[in-house]
This record gives sequence, C-alpha cells and structure tokens, in this order.
Amino acid sequence: MKPPSFSYHDPRTTADAIALLGRLENAKLLAGGQSLMPMLNMRYVLPDHLIDLNRVGELRYIREGEGAVEIGAVEIGAMTLQRDIEFSEIVRRRCPLLHEAVAQVGHRQTRNRGTLGGSLCHLDPAAELVAVAAALDAKLSIAGGNGARAIDFAAFPVAYMTPALEPDELLTGVTFPCWRPDHGFAFVEFCRRHGDFAIVSAAALIEEDKDGKVTRASLTLGGMGPAPARAHGVERALIGEKVQEKRMREICESLRALEAVSDIHAPASYRQQLATVLSRRALLKAHDRAMAKRGT
Amino acid sequence: MSETREIALTVNGMRREATVPVRVMLADFLRHELLLTGTHLGCEHGVCGACTVLLDGRSARSCLLLAVQADGCEVMTVEGLAADGKALHPLQQAFHDHHGLQCGFCTPGILMTLVELLRDNPNPTEDDIRVGISGNLCRCTGYQNIVLAALDAAKRLRAAGPAP
Repeated sequence: MKPPSFSYHDPRTTADAIALLGRLENAKLLAGGQSLMPMLNMRYVLPDHLIDLNRVGELRYIREGEGAVEIGAVEIGAMTLQRDIEFSEIVRRRCPLLHEAVAQVGHRQTRNRGTLGGSLCHLDPAAELVAVAAALDAKLSIAGGNGARAIDFAAFPVAYMTPALEPDELLTGVTFPCWRPDHGFAFVEFCRRHGDFAIVSAAALIEEDKDGKVTRASLTLGGMGPAPARAHGVERALIGEKVQEKRMREICESLRALEAVSDIHAPASYRQQLATVLSRRALLKAHDRAMAKRGT
Repeated sequence: MSETREIALTVNGMRREATVPVRVMLADFLRHELLLTGTHLGCEHGVCGACTVLLDGRSARSCLLLAVQADGCEVMTVEGLAADGKALHPLQQAFHDHHGLQCGFCTPGILMTLVELLRDNPNPTEDDIRVGISGNLCRCTGYQNIVLAALDAAKRLRAAGPAP
C-alpha cells in the first residue's frame, strides 16, 4: 500500500497555495494527512498534484476574537493542530465543548498531525470537530482566486463528505462564537473502540436562568446522516424547561424520528436509539455543569 | 516519472541527506534508505501504530508522513533510545523485565508513544497509560504487561531525574 505518483508542492503562504490551486489540474490539498494519506495509500484518490499546507505558518493560530456578540469568539486557523487545540488554555476557557470533543478525536499520534481545517474539509459525518462546528454555529473563512468570503457552517456540507468549496478555494480559519461564561456543555459519543469515529455523537450547550430554566440551547447529532444534524425541535422544546431526567427522556424521544443511515457499523434504528440516549446524557451533563458554575 | 527532492534531516541525532522520490513515506525512507528497520509497518493506513516515531519530539505515524515532509525536522526512532547501543533505555529495560512484549512487532511503536507520554506526564496513572497507548495495537500480550512495564518505567525515570 503505497501512494501513487504525484507532484509535490509546499507553498509558504496562503496566497501561493491559492495560486497553485488555480494553476494546477487535479490537485489535492494536504493538511494533517491523517485521512488523506490512508486514502492515497489505498489509492482511493489519485491526484496529479499534492499541495502541502504544513509550511503555511499563517494558517496556524488560536486567538480570542470579537465575534458577533459581546461575549466574543475564538478564532482558529485551519492548519492549527488538533493537539494545540487540545492543550490551548483559550479553548479550554472559552470553548470548553471544543476542548472536550477534540480529546476524543483519534489518538495522540494522529492529533499531533491532524488539523482543524483538515477534519472540517474531509467532512466525515461522524467526525467530532464537524459536530462541534455545527453545534457552535461556527463561521468559516474561505479564500480563493476570487478573494475571501465567510459562510456559516450550516451551509458548508453540500453532500456526503463534500464541502462548499470551489476548486480554487481553501478554508483559512474558523470562528467559534462563545457562549455565556456560565453555560453548560457536553460532548458524548458512542463508538466500539477508543479513538474510533463515533457511530453517533451528541453535542449539547445550554444557558439557564437563576431558577435553572433553560434560556438557550443547542443540540447536535453527528453520525446520523451525511452531515451533523441540529435538533432544532428539541432546542425549542427545551426553552423554559428545567433539565431533569424524566422530562429529558420525553423531549429526546422525538429524536427517534430523525433520519439515519444504515451501514456496516449499525442499522438506522440503532442510531436512532443512540440519538435519544446520547442526547439525554449530553443535556443532563451540560445541565450539571451549568449548575456547578452557578454554584447551586 | 517519479519526482524527487533533496532533503536534509536529523535522525537519532545524526544529520542525514538524501534524494527521495516525493511519494516515499517517512517509514519506508527510514527502513529502506537509512536501513533503520526498527520502525515497523503494520497497516500502512494509520491504525496500528507500529510505525510511530517522534517528529520534532512529538509522536506521529510515519506511514502517514511523506519523507519530504520531514525535511529540516528531527526524527527519533526506536534505534535512538539506547543511544550507545549497549545499555537499554529504562523504558526498554522495563519492557524486558515485565515481559512487555512477545513477538515484538508492535514494540517500537509502543516505546516511541510511551517516550512522549512519560516525558509530558512523568507520573501517569494506569488509565493515562491505557489511553496513551490506545492508538497502538498489540496482538500478543493483552496489554497487561505493557501497562505494568510503562508504570515501572515511569517510576525508574522519576528516580533517575529529568532527562538531559
């Protein structure tokens, strides 16, 4: 299992990478390589050109940004290593959901090379970082031959493992809007072995008032279909509710009606069952954390 | 038609220069070009962990890295552990003492993974070690003695003081 022949390019700037993308036919961008390299070794992809982004230093950063609301946002460069996200104090403090999820991505050896942007553009429906981007309503910065643009993550997956990128475009950075400092969060997943992609994952975020009633909620399920699914119905039903086991069981039962795929890992009905169970667990865990922060 | 490039890197403290086809993986470069056959290749798609080496001090799958990507980097393989070729590294000695290997195929990858883990976390719990080696497959030992060896190695390394 060796990769096919290709021409190798290692630009030092985003502009050079875009120029190469515009000039070369059948070129593939190489980020961390933890998915693309196996695909090359197995000859699932046969590019004529490989454009390695690992020496584009300007695409590696983690910083606190302004964001749309006063609470701010965390901005992360597309080529930032998953490992650096895992150990970032900014991420732990401002985006704890991302912190919790990234530690469940693959293994130490793959997080040492794997990147945020690589995972999002590979767009595996069960990938943890993809689910987090959906849960936090991430904004994606994209650059290409026709300049830069920004889109909501919700508009990024256009089909199974297909991001909304033109052939001469690349993802440069991701903005994760922060939630109120006292919000609760949880990322839970079910997989057969540690480090595997999740069969189903659930990402929950909640804000509660001083009486413990939910004022804002986000619930995302990964691994169900071609892209992570926001459970908007459940999010609406949670507003004004107190998060309690019995009530969560009722509210999450509706998720059994979500569309799900059947594959070698699990039939659709099993995924739907996981959706109800993992969502409940995620919401209860998020609530416990919100309560702990309130000190009640 | 294979495109080639000149690369220069440090492997186990020694500067190496070579002209390599750009499609050659770091693992194959180490084994076939430098004849450092201690790095093993199991699955060649990043699952088994046998090919784990340290790249600039961080564990990585050398079957998922092109040799050209290591240009200018510092690589450490299992051959770099017992530097003088005589005394085993404390981690290797602990594996020897605790029967932390049987066929030995996965051992180089597990050792390199643990070198990083014990450097970053000199006082790991059993759970830390089990999570740490979860990206390395061993089909002989059931992991029990590997975990015992790693815990003992941590103790020995702590007693010996911080690495130079």
